[in-house]
Amino acid sequence: MIKVTIDNVTVETEEGTTILQAARKIGGKIIPPAMCYYSKLKGSGGKCRTCLVKVSQSSTKDPRPMPKLVASCSTPVQDGMVVQNLTSPEVIEARKGIVEFLLINHPLDCPVCDQAGECDLQDLSFGFGMAETATEEERREFPVIDIGDYIKLHMNRCILCYRCVYVADQLTDKRLHGVLYRGDVTEISTFISKGIENDFSGNMIDVCPVGALTDKTFRFKSRVWFLKPMNVHRDCPKCSGKAVAWMFGNEIYRITARKDKYGEVEDFICNECRFDKKNPADWVIEGPRHIIRQSVISANHYEKEEKPSVIKPIEGTMEKQK
Amino acid sequence: MGGKILLANMDVPGIRDFDVYHASGGYKSVEKALRDMTPAQVAAEVTRSGLRGRGGAGFPTGLKWSFLDKKPDKPRFLVCNADESEPGTFKDRYLMQHLPHLLIEGLIVSSYALGVKSCYIYIRGEFKYLVGILEKAIREAHLHGFLGENILGTGFGLQIYVHPGAGAYICGEETALLESLEGKRGNPRIKPPFPAFKGLYGCPTVVNNVETLATIGPIINMGGEAYSKIGKGKSTGTKLISACGNINKPGVYEIEMGLPVKDFIYGDAYCGGIANDKKLKAVIPGGSSVPILPADLIVNTASGVQRLMTFESMADGDFISGTMLGSGGFIVFDEDACIVRNTWNLTRFYRHESCGQCSPCREGTGWMENVLHRIEHGQGKMSDIDLLVRIAKNIEGTTICPLGDAAAWPVASAIRHFRHEFEEHVLHPAEVLEKERGLQAVY
Repeated sequence: MIKVTIDNVTVETEEGTTILQAARKIGGKIIPPAMCYYSKLKGSGGKCRTCLVKVSQSSTKDPRPMPKLVASCSTPVQDGMVVQNLTSPEVIEARKGIVEFLLINHPLDCPVCDQAGECDLQDLSFGFGMAETATEEERREFPVIDIGDYIKLHMNRCILCYRCVYVADQLTDKRLHGVLYRGDVTEISTFISKGIENDFSGNMIDVCPVGALTDKTFRFKSRVWFLKPMNVHRDCPKCSGKAVAWMFGNEIYRITARKDKYGEVEDFICNECRFDKKNPADWVIEGPRHIIRQSVISANHYEKEEKPSVIKPIEGTMEKQK
Repeated sequence: MGGKILLANMDVPGIRDFDVYHASGGYKSVEKALRDMTPAQVAAEVTRSGLRGRGGAGFPTGLKWSFLDKKPDKPRFLVCNADESEPGTFKDRYLMQHLPHLLIEGLIVSSYALGVKSCYIYIRGEFKYLVGILEKAIREAHLHGFLGENILGTGFGLQIYVHPGAGAYICGEETALLESLEGKRGNPRIKPPFPAFKGLYGCPTVVNNVETLATIGPIINMGGEAYSKIGKGKSTGTKLISACGNINKPGVYEIEMGLPVKDFIYGDAYCGGIANDKKLKAVIPGGSSVPILPADLIVNTASGVQRLMTFESMADGDFISGTMLGSGGFIVFDEDACIVRNTWNLTRFYRHESCGQCSPCREGTGWMENVLHRIEHGQGKMSDIDLLVRIAKNIEGTTICPLGDAAAWPVASAIRHFRHEFEEHVLHPAEVLEKERGLQAVY
C-alpha cells in the first residue's frame, strides 16, 4: 500500500492505481471530472483532458513537481505523491479552458436534447464553464447518418471521448463503427453508412457522456426528470437482466443499465432487454432506484444530499474566497 | 569551414553505392564495434559523446538508450523516425537521399548496442522515392554481409525493414509512429508507459531520428571523447541545418555547434545573406513549431550576447526572448514578409494535421485558424489578438502530445514580438491588403 495526498487529504491505495481512482476512494468534490475515462473499458481515458491535475510532488524519492499538468485518469500514483486538484488555481484555469474548447463546437441544443438532465457535459459546464461565448464562427456540422433502428447518432453533439468505440471493441465481436478523418472534422461513423447491428450495441448509449448517441425508442417521449427510475430484473439468456426501468405511472418509457455513483454502468445489458421489453409484465420490479447526482435528474427523487467534503486551500496558493 | 562529419564524403561521386561508400571509409564503425567492443562499450561511447537527439527535443541519446528495458523475456526494437514532416525541415531527406549507407551503418551499430534484432525505418509517405534508395542500400549491405543472420561472422544478426507511412505529420510523434507502424490509426498514445518499456507491439522500443542514428557511426569511428570536443558546451558535435526562406543560398548545411547565428545567415559558406539585398525581419530557427524571433533577438540575445547555434544559446531568455534549436529548419523572413499571413499559414497546417484525439488541440487549432483567417482578411477586431493569446495559452501544456504546444508557440510568439503588425491588420485592413498583395480592397 502506498500513500497519496490529493487536495490535502491523504489516502492509502494499491500500487498501479491512477490518481483518479485514488481520488474516487476519497470521494466527494475532490474527484476530477472525467468525460472520456471509463473504468470498465480498457484503454479509455486521457483524451478529454478535463481531469488534468497538478502533481506538486512526484513521490517521496523524487520530490520534484511534474513539469506539466497530467491527466489524472491515466497517471499512476507513486508513494508520497502530492496532487492538487481544486486547490490549484492553475488546474481550475486549465479546466475552464478545456470546457470552453469542448463547448465551442457543441450545438448547445439542450432544450431539444434527450440527454439533458443526465448529461456529463451539462454538469461540467455548470461547474467550470464560462457564462459567455467567445466564438463568432458557425458551429461545426456533420452530415446526418443513419446507424440503425435503435440508436440515433447526433454527431454535432459528440465530444469524441472514444467510449463507444471501446464498447464496440470490447463488448461485441464485430465492430462496425469507428473514428474517421482527423483534426476538427474527426467523426464517429460506420464504414459507408452501415447500420450497427449486434446484441450489445445499445450500451453505446449508456456510455456516451453527451447526447451524441441516444435511444430511438425513447426519443422525444419525455424528459428524464419526469420519470421514475425503478430497479428491475428479468431472466435473460444473454445478459445479467439487471436494469433500470424509467417509468411514468405504469408505463415503461425506457430501459437503461444500472449506473453507479460515478455514472458508470454496473452491468452491461443486451439490446433485447433495452429496446424490446417495454411491457411492465416482462420485468420483476424491485423498487425505486437511488440516483446520486448533482444535476437536475435527481430533482424529484428526494435523495439525501451527501455531505460536501471541505476543501482546505494551501496557504498562499489561493485567495480567500468569500 | 572544414570539420564536416556527416557530409564529409558528400562530394564523392557515386557515394550512394556500397562499393564507393565502403572504399571511402564506410562501415568501419560496424567492424570496430562488432569485433572489438561489447554492446555496453558502444552505448558508453555514445553517452560520452554527449550526442543529443536531432529530431527537435534535443534529449541526450545515451540517456534515452539507458532507459530501455533490458529484460530478456521480450524482444527489443529500434525504430528510425524518418517521418520528417516539419515545415522548413528537410535535412533527413537530404541525408537519406545522398548517404543511405550512413544511416544503415548507424542502425547496425545502434542495434548492436541495444541488443536489437529487427529494426524499422518509418519513412514519410511523401518520401516514396527514398524507399527504393534505402531498400537498395539494405540489399547491398545484405550482399556484403553487413546485415542478416550472422554479420561479419560475429554471430550478431539484424534485419532492417522500411515502412512508408501515409503522410501524416502526427506520425512523427514517436508513439503515434508506433501505432501507425502497428497498422492502427496514428493517434499518439497516452504516456506513461513510455516506449522504452512498452513500445512497438508492447515491447521495449527506442525511437531515434535519422540524423541521430547517422551520427552513431562517426562517433564510434572517432571515439566519444573526440566527438564531445567538437561543438560548444552541452551541444556537442555538428548539426545539419536546412535553411530556407528569403536567403541567397537555401540548402542543407552541416555546421559545428556554436557557430554564431549572424555568421550562419550572412556568411558566404552558408546562407550568404538575405536575398535581393533586403533586410532581415525574423527567423524561425528550428522548424515551424518553435517560437519566431525578430532580427535583433536572433542575432543577439536579450542580454546583448551573440546568439549561437546551440541548444542552450537558442533557448536563452526562455520563451520571452528566446526560442529553440528544434530540428534545424531555419526559416528566414525578409522585411517584406507578413508575419500575420505566415502565422495564419502555420496554424492552417496544424489544424489540418491535428489528430483530433484530445480536445484542446482538436478544437483549439481550428479556432486559432479561424481567428487568424479573420484578422488576415481584414475582418479582425482588437479583442481577437488577446483571444489568440488566451487560446494559445489554454492549448499549451494540456494536450496528449507536443503537437498542441507546437501549434500554440508560433502564434503566441508572433503576437509577443509582432503585435503591432496584428494591430495594423485590424486597424487598416485595406492598406495592408494593398501593400502586401497589391490588391484593391473589395469591401
